[in-house]
Amino acid sequence: MKFTLLTPAQQVADMEVTYVHVPGDAGDFGVLPGHMPLVSTLRSGGTVEATDTTGKTHTYTVSGGFAEVSASGVNVLAEAIG
Amino acid sequence: MSGLKTLRTRIKSVKNTRQITKTMKMVAAAKVRRARTAVEAARPYAQKLSEVLANLSGGSAGGPLLMTGRKQVKAVRLIVIGTDRGLCGGLNSNLLKAAYVAINQQQSAGRTVQLVAVGRKIRDAFKSTHKNLLVASHTDMGRMVEVEHAQTIAAEALAAFEAGEVDEVHVLYSAMQSMLTQTPTQQQIIPFSSEAEQDSEPLLRATPEYEPGEEEVLAKLLPLNLNMQVFSAMLDTQASEHAARMSAMDSATRNAGEMIKRLSLQYNRSRQAAITKELIEIISGAEAL
Repeated sequence: MKFTLLTPAQQVADMEVTYVHVPGDAGDFGVLPGHMPLVSTLRSGGTVEATDTTGKTHTYTVSGGFAEVSASGVNVLAEAIG
Repeated sequence: MSGLKTLRTRIKSVKNTRQITKTMKMVAAAKVRRARTAVEAARPYAQKLSEVLANLSGGSAGGPLLMTGRKQVKAVRLIVIGTDRGLCGGLNSNLLKAAYVAINQQQSAGRTVQLVAVGRKIRDAFKSTHKNLLVASHTDMGRMVEVEHAQTIAAEALAAFEAGEVDEVHVLYSAMQSMLTQTPTQQQIIPFSSEAEQDSEPLLRATPEYEPGEEEVLAKLLPLNLNMQVFSAMLDTQASEHAARMSAMDSATRNAGEMIKRLSLQYNRSRQAAITKELIEIISGAEAL
């Protein structure tokens, strides 16, 4: 599935992933392909972890914003990247 | 001969000016490219945000105050986004003209107006014309527009709205139509109008789950959207500024070139006249002997 990480100023990441860990306001959750559609706000200071197809994990510290999970993938829109 | 000397110094000074305007033009051309990249870079975020928002606003009837607005609009805040530096053609004066029209319109409708100036040129103009309406100004924000600036401005507007000081907030910025045309554009940001986003609605077919809840998400997303709208207005103005400066400096360079041509012609003519005069004097002196 696709994973994109966007901030107002730029597109930070855009890649194929197998798993994404999202720090939601109401609790952290993991997203595997085929996850149900979901929109969640992000916990400030949480880390988004994305595992790409080669098994490498990319971590990003986000502050504010939200994540949107759709059939095609995960979009994380963060106010700022730490 | 003193006439020749003044001409010579004038030509030299115009040449210097041309050098400067030419350099400024090239610098602006480089900056315009960078500013446009920044505008492009902000687009995916804005698009996604409005997509999700459109889905949200379709679901909940009524919605928060930020979306529905107050019934009676008594006070309006106008955020005018201009530039810090001059020498960019009519950009700021066009913005100001549009701002004066908007102020008059609101005032004749019986509303009070609050002005927020972004950019030194706008602040200075408002200070002399509408000093009593100016509530805040943001100037000297560095070379590139930063998200933080937009956040500050948006947070201020939001606080004023929530405190009941204002009932509507508009931004007035310069939209870059092309390298040659920049038009002052006014956009309402509070209350948030979702009419523009309707066309993107079919993109998300399945109704998503909202965490922690639909209203909480909406309450968090609206300020984000506000930031984004201010931010993209600032980016657009930035791109316009450099484009306007580029074309202004281009015509200044051309004018200087023409002036040099005219002055050199004049200089050569008077030099030739002086030589001829001298020759005539010598010849007639020789003939007299």
